[in-house]
Amino acid sequence: MNTILYKQQLSQDVFLMRLHAPLIAEERQAGQFIILQTDDDYGERIPLTIADADTIEGSITIIFQVVGKTTKHLATFNVGDKLPALLGPLGKPTHIENFGRAVCVCGGIGVAPMHPIAQALKNAGNHVTVIIGARTEELIILQKEMSAIADELIICTDDGTAGIKALVTAPLKELCEQELKPDIVIAIGPPVMMKFCAETTRPYKVFTQVSLNTIMVDGTGMCGGCRVNVGKEVKFVCVDGPEFDGHLVDFDNMIARLNAYKEIERTHYKCFVEKAFNKNVKEVQL
Amino acid sequence: MSYKTTAALQRQAQILLKEFAPKATSLKVKERQKIPAQEMPVQDPELRSHNMEEVALGYSFEQAQVEAFRCLQCAKKNCMEGCPVKIDIPRFIDHIAKGEYEQAIAVVKETTLLPAVCGRVCPQEKQCQLHCTLGKSLKDIDSSVAIGRLERFVADWERINNKIVIPAVKPATGKKVAVVGSGPAGLVVAADCRREGHHVTIFEAFHKLGGVLRYGIPEFRLPNDIIDKEIETLSAMGVEIKTNFVVGRTRKLTDLIDKDGYDAVFIGTGAGLPIFMGIEGENLIGVFAANEYLTRINLMKAFHADASTPVYPSKNVAVLGGGNVAMDAARMAKRLGAEKVFVVYRRSENEMPARKEEVEHAKEEGIEFLLLRNARKILGDENGRVTGMECLQYELGEPDASGRRSPVEIKNSEFILDVDTVIVAVGNGSNPLISQTTPQLDVNKRGNIVVDETQQTSMKKIFAGGDIVLGAATVILAMGEGRRSAASINELLAAANT
Repeated sequence: MNTILYKQQLSQDVFLMRLHAPLIAEERQAGQFIILQTDDDYGERIPLTIADADTIEGSITIIFQVVGKTTKHLATFNVGDKLPALLGPLGKPTHIENFGRAVCVCGGIGVAPMHPIAQALKNAGNHVTVIIGARTEELIILQKEMSAIADELIICTDDGTAGIKALVTAPLKELCEQELKPDIVIAIGPPVMMKFCAETTRPYKVFTQVSLNTIMVDGTGMCGGCRVNVGKEVKFVCVDGPEFDGHLVDFDNMIARLNAYKEIERTHYKCFVEKAFNKNVKEVQL
Repeated sequence: MSYKTTAALQRQAQILLKEFAPKATSLKVKERQKIPAQEMPVQDPELRSHNMEEVALGYSFEQAQVEAFRCLQCAKKNCMEGCPVKIDIPRFIDHIAKGEYEQAIAVVKETTLLPAVCGRVCPQEKQCQLHCTLGKSLKDIDSSVAIGRLERFVADWERINNKIVIPAVKPATGKKVAVVGSGPAGLVVAADCRREGHHVTIFEAFHKLGGVLRYGIPEFRLPNDIIDKEIETLSAMGVEIKTNFVVGRTRKLTDLIDKDGYDAVFIGTGAGLPIFMGIEGENLIGVFAANEYLTRINLMKAFHADASTPVYPSKNVAVLGGGNVAMDAARMAKRLGAEKVFVVYRRSENEMPARKEEVEHAKEEGIEFLLLRNARKILGDENGRVTGMECLQYELGEPDASGRRSPVEIKNSEFILDVDTVIVAVGNGSNPLISQTTPQLDVNKRGNIVVDETQQTSMKKIFAGGDIVLGAATVILAMGEGRRSAASINELLAAANT
């Protein structure tokens, strides 16, 4: 259990791993996540969305970006290594039905968690448009997999190296202005992207679902660290989410809370890299 | 009370022992009443407020024996009435008085599985010691025989001297029992069902066992090696342990029975869902549920230099609440280097649900108590970080539903407390994971699982106990429920055999 069966570097900081986890593979549904540790004594618990699963192989796929100490450590694990702790599937699965026209907006590695959702939407009979946004062409992941699912695939890059030179909100706005406007928009990516997707669709009253990636400790409802304001209520991302109505989420508070430990995280990352790679880290940009 | 060192307390006890030991068997009630109650040796308050080591150090042999001499050995054992697991208290104390520690611990273990835990965290002053005849005759509950300390003494003696006896396990029955959650209730069920010869599997969502004993209660009150030792015993009995397994999600509850062949399931998932106050500013950075704060430190070892889990750097901390969890959080904040730590509680000290001992320890460590005060609003800066807390003063009015005098706010009594961290310790709801994923299971409006007098839930073969049934209660009550559940499960499985 928890053995790494396959590892692939998708871009400079983005890795894909297939992990042997037959029980999670069997139970998981689109939208759910796992919590893992790279050390079960002193390691932290980090949530990662499940990108795919294979019940025959008994495996799940995770795609992660190196953003701190634990993801940096995780990237050093190789095929055959075992993760000390892996828990899941957690969170409520995505509600899937035939909405009609579905638009999946994904930014950065948000493509990974979107992949099973787009697949499930397609299987349920939706017309699926996928918008992928990335800084530059090199950072686009799962384009081939998404084009196999999507009825329409729109690529946006900040620098115009692939697709259109625009933010994801530009084609999203266009879609909302069409006569056949989307019945549902699902946005997964950096919090700022999700916030602006929700702002883009708000005037058109298109239901927009977002998948939140807050700080978590246990992931089972116990700590309350992942709480967010949704409308007038306080919700726990781990057990009430991770998906919420984007028009109701208080993104500014959520984004602030994500920065709660930034300073400490930078120090941890620096110490780890210096120790593990025997490298002097001058500046850490996390 | 001025601070007395372990050595000083031991010396005093040695002197008393010389006087009383020769006539120990013939001591009159009056003489026993005069033996001074033995104070628990503790770490120096200034020292301990900067370390994670256990605060209470445990009786020496001399102190234990002197304290045991105080027991009146009543024919009518009132103290047992107050014990949720009915330990034969006078009998085990009598063995201590005679220096027969092996026999003493054997008596304790007839009815309780975790004496080293209970001796430390049970609220004895509200249980056995409340009923103690000696305490009553001296009209002072603090003068009751220190039953809890004696229980701890014999449990520690057994562990330190490697005398732990692995309970005998009956021949395999071929039946399987699943225990969901490894807190105090689950541990008892696992042991009791395994003893009957059933195959037992404990499923724990975390990577470490013990539930609230591990993530909730700090090491300075309950060291981890004590929990580890209890779990070692379970492993030695042949209990199977699966960590990182969240029943309801990794496997549906019903699948344990339908697909995996378990003959009975016990749910002991605890009261793990923090309640917040619902006041303005509660989602600012620097506001934590006590659960989160304590889990980061206890389970994830955030205080350790090698730990990846961060803990929020605090200068001035306010802890909201007056229970044991509030005391733990406040004392922990102090240990992590906070300069000022305030416990803000809306009633007076008399109404505080925390154990008196914990309140006293907190005071000794420099925790400041702001009683008859409550938070009204948490204030923050432009980055969303806590900069202060607006409080209101209260006075006590008529008794409320809980029988405690209810706090009534005093108009225009607002004041600002200068804090950068707020820890909310006002209670826990029930964990929603099992009920969310098992809609056919009956829960009440608070989310607690509904059980009958045998601890069976609305579903056949599925039992529940501890905080998931009781709401947030105590370790010993959870263990009592575990014991009852195990008896029902054993009965069910025995009936299925015939």
